[in-house]
Amino acid sequence: MYERYFKGTGTLIKLLLRQQRFKIFAWLGGLVIVTLAVASAYPSIYKDEQSKQAFALTMDNPAMVAMLGPLHEIENYIHSIGAVFAHEMLLFTAVAVGIMSILLAGRSTRADEEEGLTEMIHALSVGRLSYLSAAMIVLFLTNVLLAVLTGFGLAVLGIEEMGLEGSLLYGVILGSTGFVFSSFTVLFAQVAETSRGATMLSFAVLILAYLVRAIGDVSNETLSLISPLGWTVRTEVFVENDWWPILLKIAAAIIITILAFYLNTIRDLGSGFIASKGGKKHASAFLKTPFGLSWRLGGTNIIAWAIGVFALGASFGAILGDLETYYAEMDVMQAFIAEDAGSSMTEQFIGLLMAIMALISVIPAVMTVLKLKGEENRNRTENLYSRAVSRGKVLGSYYILAVIVTIVMQALVAIGLWSAGLAVMDEALEFGTIFTSALVYLPAMWVVVGIAVLLVGTLPKATGFVWFYVVYLFIVLYLNGILEFPQWMVSLSVFEHVPTIPTEEMDWATMIILTVIAMIIAVIGFIGYNKRDLEG
Amino acid sequence: MAILETTNLTKKFGKFTALNGVNIEVNKGEVYGFIGPNGAGKSTTIRVLLGMLKATEGEATIFGKDVWADAVAIHKRIAYVPGDVNLWPNLTGGEVIDLFMKMNGNVNEQRRDELIEKFNFDPTKKCRTYSKGNRQKVALIAAFASESDLYILDEPTSGLDPLMESVFQECVMDAKREGKSVLLSSHILSEVEKLCDKVAIIRQGEIIETGTLSELRHLTRTNLTVKTKEPMPDLNEIKGIHNVEENDGELKFQVDTEELDEVIRYISQFGILKLESAPPTLEDLFMRHYQGAGHADSGGAL
Ligand SMILES: Nc1ncnc2c1ncn2[C@@H]1O[C@H](COP(=O)(O)OP(=O)(O)O)[C@@H](O)[C@H]1O
Ligand SMILES: [Mg+2]
Repeated sequence: MYERYFKGTGTLIKLLLRQQRFKIFAWLGGLVIVTLAVASAYPSIYKDEQSKQAFALTMDNPAMVAMLGPLHEIENYIHSIGAVFAHEMLLFTAVAVGIMSILLAGRSTRADEEEGLTEMIHALSVGRLSYLSAAMIVLFLTNVLLAVLTGFGLAVLGIEEMGLEGSLLYGVILGSTGFVFSSFTVLFAQVAETSRGATMLSFAVLILAYLVRAIGDVSNETLSLISPLGWTVRTEVFVENDWWPILLKIAAAIIITILAFYLNTIRDLGSGFIASKGGKKHASAFLKTPFGLSWRLGGTNIIAWAIGVFALGASFGAILGDLETYYAEMDVMQAFIAEDAGSSMTEQFIGLLMAIMALISVIPAVMTVLKLKGEENRNRTENLYSRAVSRGKVLGSYYILAVIVTIVMQALVAIGLWSAGLAVMDEALEFGTIFTSALVYLPAMWVVVGIAVLLVGTLPKATGFVWFYVVYLFIVLYLNGILEFPQWMVSLSVFEHVPTIPTEEMDWATMIILTVIAMIIAVIGFIGYNKRDLEG
Repeated sequence: MAILETTNLTKKFGKFTALNGVNIEVNKGEVYGFIGPNGAGKSTTIRVLLGMLKATEGEATIFGKDVWADAVAIHKRIAYVPGDVNLWPNLTGGEVIDLFMKMNGNVNEQRRDELIEKFNFDPTKKCRTYSKGNRQKVALIAAFASESDLYILDEPTSGLDPLMESVFQECVMDAKREGKSVLLSSHILSEVEKLCDKVAIIRQGEIIETGTLSELRHLTRTNLTVKTKEPMPDLNEIKGIHNVEENDGELKFQVDTEELDEVIRYISQFGILKLESAPPTLEDLFMRHYQGAGHADSGGAL
């Protein structure tokens, strides 16, 4: 039994660790450093009870609850800086851990299978389930390591109101969230037809988990309890330290993993459960253009992302009604925020939301450009370049598609937010304002797309670095208020130069400068691409 | 004028020299065999010719145009088949064939359908489900359905069964009959012997032999099996005779082709009972080069 199913698992664990060690190291390093850096900054930001109370009041509205999770009693925040920290950091860090787990799990299951690695290994003397077991154990160990490093790291910081139990729980929440999303990915790796399909389905579950939790936290607690991210924000870490959500998560992860193992034993290598059907005998006229081909290869991904982005926009739009009522009732609050004269809380919220949405929207655009490098890695660009197709035309069609993606995504965010807001608000938002506040990010997004083109053209081995920049943008956006980065660090983020509509004035000069920079970067990328060796 | 010509073509990957002063010349109507073990530099040469890699030194032209600068113009008139065909898993074989033909710029639908028939290929399946041989058929059908003047084929039959291999050979013959040129990289010697007019042998990035097959046979040894009335003494001492083996009173040995005349004269003194000669094969030629260099590493590839 052991021989038949699990032989060679140990060796495969070592192999997978060797393959993935850099990625694991980068993810864990990034997550732990950010968590510890933010935690150590907290005591100096929230020095006294008043500041903590102010924090709790700012958080105590439907929009923020939807974004970050449910609130405890205000009392708890006053007495525990840990609660303040967890409220602001936990959910987003957990989402990041989810992303890490999905990417790592997708890589060492279905993607390896697609590249024929798994087949080669199965031909050796290893058990039927060894590869999957090894992948799952590596993921488990990674998340355990994350939990341990974060937990003890926080404890070692010695912040008075962040005790040992709370710190460990905080780490374990992150690790167990990662474990849950690893198991989902491993499950989808059995069901889906391709590795992309498996990863996309897993991301869909992550987004769905976030949305269900958001709606549940605002309106119906029971709804939140069906979302793994709902469990993530229900431990009252640093206050009550409830461990039951952890048990729930581990149990769920184990059940899903067992299901995945079962499916793995009954399916054929290289195929999912949806058998591929006969297809077209001839290519359509659209497919025969390089642009048509790049759409055919990346289109499903883009459509999925578009739906996700629209749903996020609409979900936040749906909360605006609650937010409006809430402020109408809370005169005190109005007075409290009035220091930022002239702009309502709703407007400030929209400004912040748009920045986050722009970051989410830029991801599919960057993926579109990097897809070309992926094609090269799989030796499929030689199919184009050995024929009468120029490099400029191919890169150009990916680039144009990416630019269209940025515009469509941001437009969908605006439409989603506005239309949902229209349904729930007494005083509807002005469409033009919402539209502008979304589109104003386009030039900055084009700079990011340009960086991707630049890397594909001039540093093809380092194309992944564009993701570091995307993460950097997010860190500056989300943590600048807390960590107060030096000015040059903030300036390095293109998003910080974008005027936040509606709270700030439109600034055409910046728009034009950013657009020009974006174009220059892209042109350098094109020149490099025309000059360099193509791998395949 | 040469259809394809390289002069002193050199390609370095960092410090590693993959090609070192490669000269080849393919003329109109010629099938040019390009042979060598794995890792010798065949694919690298071809990728330079396709304008995907930039030569470090030297020149390469096709139809008199520079392969790097005029790649797109050149590619309108050439067809390429790689040894390892990588296709998009979610497209069907038929879609890919059409796509490839469209990108070459010339579409001959009748020819395409004939070839699909000939290669016994099902174009309605998704590429994900094709075996290596079937993926190769996609590239071969697209290549031979196009109206090209030069075919560049990089180990194109490595996944085909013998039946399909002969269909492939027919296609090459047809192309040759129509006055087209072919550069055929291969390590299947029988294929090269059957199809090629000229051959270049590449090893560790350097061309070690070129010429027509008969020219190259000059350099090889003929295998002789001889039985004589009287025993032949000191055969090993005679100039041009190698690897003597005795078996049941028969002697087997190899003779340098240029010494053949002398050797026959010598052995006829002893009263020949039986004389068999086998023509030198490309295989012999190949083996001799590897043995000569004394490296087991590159020879192992064959
Ligand atoms: N992109 C590259 N970078 C470094 N070395 C390479 C690259 N491409 C090929 N090589 C090396 O060049 C040599 C020739 O390879 P190749 O032309 O593929 O051989 P062949 O096609 O004759 O089997 C091999 O040693 C190979 O490892
Ligand atoms: Mg090769």
